Amino acid sequence: MIRNSSPSFTRRAFVAAAAAACLGLGMSAAAQSSSLTGAGASFPFPIYSKWFAEYKKVDGSVSINYQSVGSGGGQKQILEQTVDFGASDGPVSDENLGKAKGGKLLHIPTVAGAVVLTFNVEGVTALKLDGPTVADIFLGKVKKWNDPAIAGQNPQTKLPDAEIVVVHRADGSGTSYIFTDFLSAVSPEWKAKVGTNTAVSWPTGLGGKGNEGVTSQVKQNANSIGYVELIFARQQKLPVADMKNSAGKYVTPSLESVTAAIGAAQIPDDFRFSIVNPPGEGAYPISGVTWLLVYEQIKKDDKDPNKGKKLVDFLKWALGDGQKYAKQLDYSPLPEALQKRVLDRVATIKY
Amino acid sequence: MSALAEPLVPVANSVAARMKPVSRLSDNAFRWLCLAMASVVLLLIVLVGWQLASGAWSTLRQFGVSFFTRSVWDPVQNDYGALPFIYGTAVSSLLALLVATPLAVATAIFLTEIAPRWMRQPVVFLVEMLAAIPSVILGLWAIFVLLPLLPKHVFPALKSALGWIPLFSGSTSSGYTMLSAALVIAVMILPIITSVSREILRSVPDLQREAAYGLGATRWEVTRIAVLSYAKKGIFGAMILGLGRALGETMAVTMVIGNANKISPSLFAPGNTLASVIASQFAEATDDTYRNALVAVGLVLFVLTLLINYVARLLLRLGGAQTGAVS
Repeated sequence: MIRNSSPSFTRRAFVAAAAAACLGLGMSAAAQSSSLTGAGASFPFPIYSKWFAEYKKVDGSVSINYQSVGSGGGQKQILEQTVDFGASDGPVSDENLGKAKGGKLLHIPTVAGAVVLTFNVEGVTALKLDGPTVADIFLGKVKKWNDPAIAGQNPQTKLPDAEIVVVHRADGSGTSYIFTDFLSAVSPEWKAKVGTNTAVSWPTGLGGKGNEGVTSQVKQNANSIGYVELIFARQQKLPVADMKNSAGKYVTPSLESVTAAIGAAQIPDDFRFSIVNPPGEGAYPISGVTWLLVYEQIKKDDKDPNKGKKLVDFLKWALGDGQKYAKQLDYSPLPEALQKRVLDRVATIKY
Repeated sequence: MSALAEPLVPVANSVAARMKPVSRLSDNAFRWLCLAMASVVLLLIVLVGWQLASGAWSTLRQFGVSFFTRSVWDPVQNDYGALPFIYGTAVSSLLALLVATPLAVATAIFLTEIAPRWMRQPVVFLVEMLAAIPSVILGLWAIFVLLPLLPKHVFPALKSALGWIPLFSGSTSSGYTMLSAALVIAVMILPIITSVSREILRSVPDLQREAAYGLGATRWEVTRIAVLSYAKKGIFGAMILGLGRALGETMAVTMVIGNANKISPSLFAPGNTLASVIASQFAEATDDTYRNALVAVGLVLFVLTLLINYVARLLLRLGGAQTGAVS
């Protein structure tokens, strides 16, 4: 027995070595086509996966792997250059941009989303709100549904004399970034006390994890209000509030009113922006975009010299033909003027 | 005889000579392999500790002791204090222990002292099945079954009976509360406390019971005097093991606790725990200070869990030595 074990041991070792060799061969064979790796935000993951699958039909030699690990992980990995592109729902801070190892990091907006307020009040199916009222609700200052601040905007609706249960995101998210940016813009008190970020110190309320967490808490708590991503509200058919925009009109959130908002907004050249209270009668006031993060000078890869070109080609496709897939998946496509500006920027990427 | 025996010896010798180097090699290989595997486990713990400590270092240097004593959690100002999470973890775990222990010990007593023999195995199986339910499933169950029920029937009753204690004051309208989280954790730690307690009770020598019966004790008296007092320390150890699990429960807690990063006097208010805040905030933490603060929270949890488990082992060993069981 003991004597036998030795040859079988070597045999097994041989088999293992052979298997490892096969794997190695497999990998080197795959390296002949280009393989791009990205990581980051989970909110745009559905549209990105659709894009990667569709792009495979356009250029079969490119395969793109995307890890939906969250904006934090996405930013960290692109700053460290462990991925070819990052993705983030919030813009990268100046401090983090300074840490980028590969030089200048570009923000490439891909699709837009909006934040909507959803509520659960018995007998109420429609609600009109303006920015300052929403800020006061989330500050815990407007405590009851029949508060004059709410009732004044909804004279037709019978609102109960009940405490408002506020629901916010417990996790950090681009949705919270856009929402708190809006509240900071409309309420000086919010700006001073809480501020803008993917996660903030919420003055009041319950926290739910993800859009689904917020939704289930809103559904289960009577007299509650929460905010979720527009896509999610559409898919779940949640009641949403019409928001008053800077033109004084109440606008129902929709893919069109979001694209209108982006079209009307002043967008800086580095594309780090969220759209808060843009001008225009049809513009929905709380919206923003999600970004891919790419270096202006794409890192050279000796094993795969085509990588940079393939990545730029993909970005061009995503901002052109790719935009038509956005609506199918309930994302708002970028307005054409912005698409063109972003494409001009993509054309400056060196590889 | 000797003529016959003589040729056998060299043969045996030559067999031994041929075998020896081979067997020694495989023995040694086996030994080193096992040692290597065992050290990997140790190495992993040391590495996890090291990684957490080095990540948390800058946070602890920046905030010092106040990281443990302040209840601010503000990613905008980059100002962090972990007290609400330490408080939340302590309260939810202890409360869970308070609910689970009587249930678990009673089940264990039933299984070892009272239940007819045919019933024991199925009940043990069911209790262990409970441990196999994934955390997220329990969380879903809590959201859809427990949470709608509690604010309607349980919380108002508790409030009207015990409302004079601040813990049971305040609004009872929401199910997403510290108390709900504690109840869910209680369900999750029930199996481990039950099965460890059962082992401890089983290790109480029968002589002990027979002696008590011999003195004319009733079944309750036998259980109380001869069995429970004997197994006290072991059961306490089982509780602490349960506590160790309770501290780290994450998914189900995040789903029901309401995730409010502050300390509320009332159990009917939402709160947060160490594990839950990491789970919900780490993925989108883009800022280094923020990220490190979460790692520091992880370090607190790591140290706490190690300590608690160490204490549990100690108590179990003491309890086991007393009851004569080897643990």
